[in-house]
Amino acid sequence: MTSNGKPKFAMYWAASCGGCEIAVLNIHEKILDVDANFEVVFWPVAMDAKYKDVEAMEDGSILLTLFNGAIRNDENEHIAKLLRQKSKILVAFGSCATEGCMPALANLTSIEEVVETYYSTISTDNPQNIHPQPTYKAPEGEIYIPKLYPIVRTLDQVVEVDYYMPGCPPESHQIAAVIDLVIDVLQGKATLPPKGSTIGAGGSTVCDDCPRKRDVKKIKEFKRIQDVMLDPEICILEQGVICSGPATRNGCGALCPQAGSPCIGCYGPAEGVLDYGARLLTAVASVIDSNDPAEIERILDGIPDPAGMFYRFNLGGSLLRASKAAWAK
Amino acid sequence: MSKERIGVYVCHCGSNIAGTVDVAEVSRWAGEALKDRGVVVSRDYKFMCSSLGQELIQKDIQEQGLTRVVVAACSPHLHEQTFRNACKEGGLNPYLCELVSIREQCSWIHPDKAVGTEKAKAIVSGGVEKVIWDEPLEPLRVPINPVTLVVGGGIAGIQAALEVANAGYPVIMVEREPSIGGHMAQFDKTFPTLDCAACILTPRMVEVGSHPNVKLFTYAEVTNVSGYVGNFQVTIKQKARSVDTDLCTGCGICQEKCPKKVIDPVFEAGLGYRKAVYTPFPQAVPKYPVIDRENCTYFLKGTCRACEKFCPTGAIDFTQEDEYFTVDVGQIILATGWDLFDARRIPQYGYGRLANVFTSLEFERLTNAAGPTGGKVVLRDGVTVPKSVAIIHCVGSRDKNYNPYCSAICCMQSLKFAHLVHERTGAEVYNFYIDMRTPAKGYEEFYQRVLEEGTHFIRGKVAEITDAARYPGEEGKLIVQAENTLVGKQMRVPVDMVILSAALEPRHDFKEVARLFGISCSEEGWLIERHPKLDPVATMTEGIYIAGCAQGPKDIPASVAQGAAAAARVVGKIQQKEITMEPIRASINQDKCSGCRICNNMCPFNAISFIEDRMVSEVNPALCQGCGTCVAACPAGAISGTVFSDQAILAQLDGLLLNNLKAIDLTPA
Repeated sequence: MTSNGKPKFAMYWAASCGGCEIAVLNIHEKILDVDANFEVVFWPVAMDAKYKDVEAMEDGSILLTLFNGAIRNDENEHIAKLLRQKSKILVAFGSCATEGCMPALANLTSIEEVVETYYSTISTDNPQNIHPQPTYKAPEGEIYIPKLYPIVRTLDQVVEVDYYMPGCPPESHQIAAVIDLVIDVLQGKATLPPKGSTIGAGGSTVCDDCPRKRDVKKIKEFKRIQDVMLDPEICILEQGVICSGPATRNGCGALCPQAGSPCIGCYGPAEGVLDYGARLLTAVASVIDSNDPAEIERILDGIPDPAGMFYRFNLGGSLLRASKAAWAK
Repeated sequence: MSKERIGVYVCHCGSNIAGTVDVAEVSRWAGEALKDRGVVVSRDYKFMCSSLGQELIQKDIQEQGLTRVVVAACSPHLHEQTFRNACKEGGLNPYLCELVSIREQCSWIHPDKAVGTEKAKAIVSGGVEKVIWDEPLEPLRVPINPVTLVVGGGIAGIQAALEVANAGYPVIMVEREPSIGGHMAQFDKTFPTLDCAACILTPRMVEVGSHPNVKLFTYAEVTNVSGYVGNFQVTIKQKARSVDTDLCTGCGICQEKCPKKVIDPVFEAGLGYRKAVYTPFPQAVPKYPVIDRENCTYFLKGTCRACEKFCPTGAIDFTQEDEYFTVDVGQIILATGWDLFDARRIPQYGYGRLANVFTSLEFERLTNAAGPTGGKVVLRDGVTVPKSVAIIHCVGSRDKNYNPYCSAICCMQSLKFAHLVHERTGAEVYNFYIDMRTPAKGYEEFYQRVLEEGTHFIRGKVAEITDAARYPGEEGKLIVQAENTLVGKQMRVPVDMVILSAALEPRHDFKEVARLFGISCSEEGWLIERHPKLDPVATMTEGIYIAGCAQGPKDIPASVAQGAAAAARVVGKIQQKEITMEPIRASINQDKCSGCRICNNMCPFNAISFIEDRMVSEVNPALCQGCGTCVAACPAGAISGTVFSDQAILAQLDGLLLNNLKAIDLTPA
């Protein structure tokens, strides 16, 4: 492929669902600006390319790489290191890359258990009991599939990251704004934020953008969303349904609570917060309206899966990262 | 590299620290390894808290231009103030001094000198990182409310209330029972002088009841406490007396006419009766009775109203309801007393099963001239005078199955019982004791007197009290089986009556009391003093004091002494007119705050308010006590505490882990 002289752009998906790619395409005609200003050199979902093409590029020759997905296997890690080497600006794009997201919830169990659940449990139709084998000797030679790591890692636990863009996926208007910013920087009209910054997000939390009425919080019972008719005007947390809004960085425009669903925390921790789950946990614990240990116990029983609730998106980026079960081997 | 000029001072504390930590090495290491972190002076000294030690710091501040000071010595509880003052004298803001503990947290817990020394280095390193983040602060001054709340109207509370009231300051006393007086009012005689308990107590009770500076609430409880030293808000629940105290003259006709007799489990210890409308005893203060609604025929069945019919002033009011009101007080004295050990918990002693086994409180009521038997010592049948009595010491005390502690009063109480039995019945008396403890003034002399009266003392823990006769002469008696450890023989002593000197236990609701007032209690449940020797009546919560048996088992003289001591502390504080408070405060970053209102209900001092038009929460620095609750609760990390900011704590951790020695830039931006 010959260069057209424009700055080079790459996007990659590691352990991810593909939602981030769709979010990028969802910027509509803005994608034409990307094409006008960048030469897309590597973007597996959108164009054909080989890893060896990337390996052949000069170090630092890609201006901007949006890297989504967590580091689940050795292929993910290899490409992360490769793109780090080839890119001037590496952005951890989306929740998986910034904080582990859903893939990192596997860090609560051992990798054997993950594979077992995937291929052998009752919900799986696998009559021949086929399990993936790491290597296979074909007539043409030995082939292999990427090796799974016991712990899912975030991008910055593997390589140095320049910027973080949270969200599952990042909101399209935020992506568009970031692309505009980079174009402005290219044209000398703006400067980049300090390295390590979170971009494409707000500086407060979701409650800041949420129009629901709020009062002091006193919770006597936690309810699950399917068991309750939510009042459309009042703070969801006050109604006993755990809303992660108070702990979650804003930038999405509080879409979920406005649609009658609690915030589930995909934009990650607020600026300066070390451990998202711990913060949310202490906040939720703080508003339980009881001093009686037995009653508190009963109220807490209303949260059937605390790790999944409070660390839904952040387990990989949390202080603990994984449970003992995952580390055990 | 930090721009600060830091001095590090490592204390030997005699051999307390130097015994297990190589202090010279710690000091040398800090001077070299932490040079890049800003340490310009590092010294070790025998006693940093001595005036010479303090002068060392002052001299360095002046000559070396120190901007931060780290002292590695004992716990900040002991000497933080000392070193802050030393810095202040030297011209440095006192809040730029960190005291890190290498004694309680290091030398005292590590037997290995090499390990202790390495840990001390890490602790010093943490202190250095923390002190870099410290900011100069000025202490806050707030006026103190002179009103004092005394909780509990036993002898300790009475003494405390009178001392404060007589010093000219207002007192609010809250007592759970219908009358003040506490356990002392149940006694007939007090050891060792055998003076009449009522004769010395009731004048004090009357004084409390009529004192112009004392506002007394009986049949009332504290239900909520908020605020802080100098400015507490206390909610009191006045239980419905069903008697209008403005109209009641205390004539007693209602008690006379009430047809409902119930066993009095509190004042008479279950040994006597009272009416459904009652004052616990004739000299009760206040004189107004209460209606026990659980037993009153009118409240149970809707008819009777005899008291109302006969009351000459129309004071009976069945419609009264529990009332809650809030008072503002500056300081609080807790004198909540004790509960008697339930002797049923030791089944082999037969209490509750064998009629003539009595508890100590029951016996007190038996001997009391105003008690159910008019002071006659008789068996449970009410007529038979016992010819032999056994008194068992340490029932539920000094016993790892029940309470490991000594209840302090049982020996003397049992000697008093022995004397009273002799005096009133002429019976043979056997005291079964483990050790005889008579340490206070006049106590040993009293022991000698009871010995001379012919009491039999048997050193041994009683195994069993039974009515199963095995030998002639035991029929119809209670047999006390014990080993006499002085002669090394088992013995069976048949007696008519047994008195169990039961343990003093913490009040059954000690946990609620501790939580309500924000203080801590020991494993057993006694409220904990600030220092067991040097600060016995203060607690770790500023402005809250403890006195009497709430703090631990003690006799009347000790309770009175503590009541007076607590009062002296309170009066001393009131006379300062204002109190100095640590300038440790929380503040909310208005840009980060999303107005989620999680913190609003958290603050124990009501210092957080929600600003509706800007949709953010704010901390009122005049009310904030810097407790840190909201800092921890804020899900957005928008609240920060001075002195304990996240950055300062994380920096201290980095220091402890020696991350600061690696090439990472930790310096504040």
